Amino acid sequence: MASEFAVELRDVVKRFVTPEGNEIAAVDHVTMQIRNGEFFSMLGSSGCGKTTSLRMIAGFEWPSDGEVYIEGKPMGHTPPFQRKVNTVFQSYALFQHMTVYQNIAFGLEMEGAGPDEIKKRVGRALEMVQLTGMERRKPRQLSGGQQQRVAVARALVKTPDVLLLDEPLGALDLKLRKEMQLELKALQQQLGITFIYVTHDQEEALTMSDRIAVMSKGRVQQLATPVEIYERPTNKFVADFIGESNFMEGKIKSIAKDEAKVFVPSLNKEISGLPMSQDFVNGEEVVVSIRPEKIRIAEPAAKGEGLFKVQVLNSVYIGSDTHVYVDANGLRLKVMEQNRISRLDPSSFYSKGQEITLYLLPENTLILKKD
Amino acid sequence: MLQRLRESKSAQGTVLALPTTLWLFVLLIIPLILTLIISFGKRSPDGDVIYSFTFENYTRLAGFSTDCPDGQATCFDPLYLNILMRSLTLAFNTTAVVIMMAYPLAYFIARAHPKRRTMFLFMVLIPLWTNFVIRVYAWMMLLRKEGAINIVIGWLANLLHIPFTPLEMLYTPGAVLVGMVYEFLPFMILPIYTSLEKIDNSLYEAAADLGANAFRTFLRVTLPLSMPGVVAGTILVFIPVMGTFVVSDILGGRQVILVGNLIQRQFLDARDPTFGSAASLILMVLTLIVTYFYTRKFGFGEEIIAA
Amino acid sequence: MNPHRRSPFVIAATVLVYFFLYAPIVMLILYSFNSSRANVKFEGFVTAYSSRVVMDGSTVVSSPCGPFHWFCDLAKNDDVLEAAGNTLAIAFTATIIATIIGTMAAIALQRYDFKIKPFSQLSLYIPIVIPEIVMGIGILTLFSQLFGWMNNAFGLTGDARLSLGIATVTVSHIAFMVPFVTLVVQARLQGFDKSFEEAAMDLGANEWTTFRRVTFPMILPGVLSGALLAFTLSLDDFVITFFTNGPGSTTLPIYVYGLLRRIITPQVNALSTVWILIVFLAVLLLQVLQSREAKPAHE
Repeated sequence: MASEFAVELRDVVKRFVTPEGNEIAAVDHVTMQIRNGEFFSMLGSSGCGKTTSLRMIAGFEWPSDGEVYIEGKPMGHTPPFQRKVNTVFQSYALFQHMTVYQNIAFGLEMEGAGPDEIKKRVGRALEMVQLTGMERRKPRQLSGGQQQRVAVARALVKTPDVLLLDEPLGALDLKLRKEMQLELKALQQQLGITFIYVTHDQEEALTMSDRIAVMSKGRVQQLATPVEIYERPTNKFVADFIGESNFMEGKIKSIAKDEAKVFVPSLNKEISGLPMSQDFVNGEEVVVSIRPEKIRIAEPAAKGEGLFKVQVLNSVYIGSDTHVYVDANGLRLKVMEQNRISRLDPSSFYSKGQEITLYLLPENTLILKKD
Repeated sequence: MLQRLRESKSAQGTVLALPTTLWLFVLLIIPLILTLIISFGKRSPDGDVIYSFTFENYTRLAGFSTDCPDGQATCFDPLYLNILMRSLTLAFNTTAVVIMMAYPLAYFIARAHPKRRTMFLFMVLIPLWTNFVIRVYAWMMLLRKEGAINIVIGWLANLLHIPFTPLEMLYTPGAVLVGMVYEFLPFMILPIYTSLEKIDNSLYEAAADLGANAFRTFLRVTLPLSMPGVVAGTILVFIPVMGTFVVSDILGGRQVILVGNLIQRQFLDARDPTFGSAASLILMVLTLIVTYFYTRKFGFGEEIIAA
Repeated sequence: MNPHRRSPFVIAATVLVYFFLYAPIVMLILYSFNSSRANVKFEGFVTAYSSRVVMDGSTVVSSPCGPFHWFCDLAKNDDVLEAAGNTLAIAFTATIIATIIGTMAAIALQRYDFKIKPFSQLSLYIPIVIPEIVMGIGILTLFSQLFGWMNNAFGLTGDARLSLGIATVTVSHIAFMVPFVTLVVQARLQGFDKSFEEAAMDLGANEWTTFRRVTFPMILPGVLSGALLAFTLSLDDFVITFFTNGPGSTTLPIYVYGLLRRIITPQVNALSTVWILIVFLAVLLLQVLQSREAKPAHE
């Protein structure tokens, strides 16, 4: 009986007692619905609750409140060995005293599979991660990348409904990490099973996931597709955590469904933007957020209402882009402009002290709740 | 039932620790409590305990006896206090001598070639694993009038034409000290070796780089870093010496009586378990006090004990 | 590079200390070939040639075992054999039980917080910081009072009487061995990553299977260390055994002690020599095992 969702967390709370004796909620009323066959990521910095949430899905922790549903059944207080989910650990957790073959076969032995079946399935699992021929090796004889693949094979050989991955690529060097990201994504699409992936690396989450849950302080800040998370962050935390954002303080002058007008004192101007919350009121103090690449630098001679002048503090040439740091009456902004035209003349890259004109497009400007 | 156990990590811990805790409760805690209770009791005519509450045993230990010469009611006899002092002195002396002898050896092994280190260590372990009654016996044989030491000295004296009468070494406090040192030397060598071995070579190089000569390197780098080992060794030596009775029995005879002998006799010969219990408790308290102040100053060095 | 390595002071001290350690032992072994029963004076080696043994200075008896006269004597000594048997039986039993409950306790202390934890830790700590004799007489008191009361209350007589014996010795040994086992195993557990056990459970193994197939193999070296230490402590123990043994439960150390207070013949030396030899062989074996363990790294 398949349910609508592969995994569901309903108002889950997990409390721990610190060594000092205080009680903290590592996971604080989290609700998530993870769909069948999707590549779902939980993203956040350490301590945000993503790993604890994953462990509650795996069964290594049991929720203090709320319930964890797997394939529609409440499994919050079921031991891990009775759940049809498998985990790839951050440290790989390969059994050092067993060979690669034995490691992968372990889960099948637990299922009571016969030796022939085990041999067949282990062989296929090794093929899947391109480690055929490594059966007799011991974990300490393998490289980090190879160990990581064994960990994946060991989990997948059991054909779980859901695969949990706890920062599996953290210990690999950059190049290998990028390779493995592509491989894992391809694997997931090939197998069609649900992957739940925990990481603190934004780029990783944005490139691999179908949907991302951005977490902080035990709560889900936003759960959406990568594009939505990047282009439409719903609160200041997400806007700041994902990519880069410029923030300005202002007061709401008027609100309509898709447009809000905010007066920003630092610019001494009224700005139009997209309200990211339903319940703004006139006169409310809010935060205006816009990403560096979305701020336009106008031609020096341009004229118009939405333009404002700023002074260049610093200009950094990155090669493909130029990062321009400007000052607007004490407000610091960062602007990122793609170097569309190949120029060698240094003076064409905005010098210190130069006055330039910027403008903001309403559809690029987000109005967010002040914390 | 199993599910309830799974729910509570605390219950799991309790279940695992329970057998050991119970065992120790019955065989350690209860006996100590019993010893305390009995120490306030009176001796029954047939050597058993009459449960009551009197400080008799303790006052007797402190020296206020009712068994006085000149017909006095009470007088001060420092007999038992002397015994306590003797045990303390012996414990301190043994520890000091053992440290002085063990340190160079431990140092040598720690600085030796890694391949040979195991061999040197095993050479220390062989006497350690030989039963200690046997080792005490060996000294008994050596120290006798007709023993090997006297034979060697006599032969030397003959060579130098010095008149010689065999030395009476056995049944003296010196004999007991030698026996103790021999007994506990390996217990000090191993912890000191362990802590010395842990010192990274690069520390010596750094000290030399900064201008320290051999002596100063030893004083300012090696010695302080080896302290945990010395501390651990001290605890392994001091505490047992305080309570010893075998060595003083065999090598000291009637001449050297320590607290351990006192207690042993109360329980076996004199059959006064109440007095013996009181003495035993005083021994324990005294040992704990010294150990407490010692570890307060020097730390516990428990990481060394585990090795 | 270390300036102290060749220091003559250190080398001289080392030689002296090793000499100090071994002189008595060597002498013990030599005297086990003493041809004088009185063992007071070394009358020369009992050799195959002079198969004569001087007994008490007057009686002369021939020695069928040649130089090993006293060893043969030893082998015929039933008391020694019984004591040896007791010692081993007690050591094995006590080691097995102490290792099991000690390992469990170590796991509990290392990984869990539970209500009686401070009490457990304190109890494990105490035997290490008090002199053995305090524990010994305490246990003796416990048994004597307990048995006395039970014998009276239930009117037990004769063979049914509860008294000191192998059981009491074994039980007491376990009590003083457990803290050491727990300490050693706990030290080894410190680096142990829980994720191995979680991985096993994730793959379908329940708690017992996880322990059996994953945890136990991984902590085995630590457990074995603890067991070895416990075994040694039991074999060697004198004080606790002294206060808790009864007729029929004599162990070797107690037996030797008893001998020392009576007649001392070179038989004691022979026993010592045999003991030293066994220790020496055990140490040799350990060294071989250790160097074997190091080898498989080259693959």
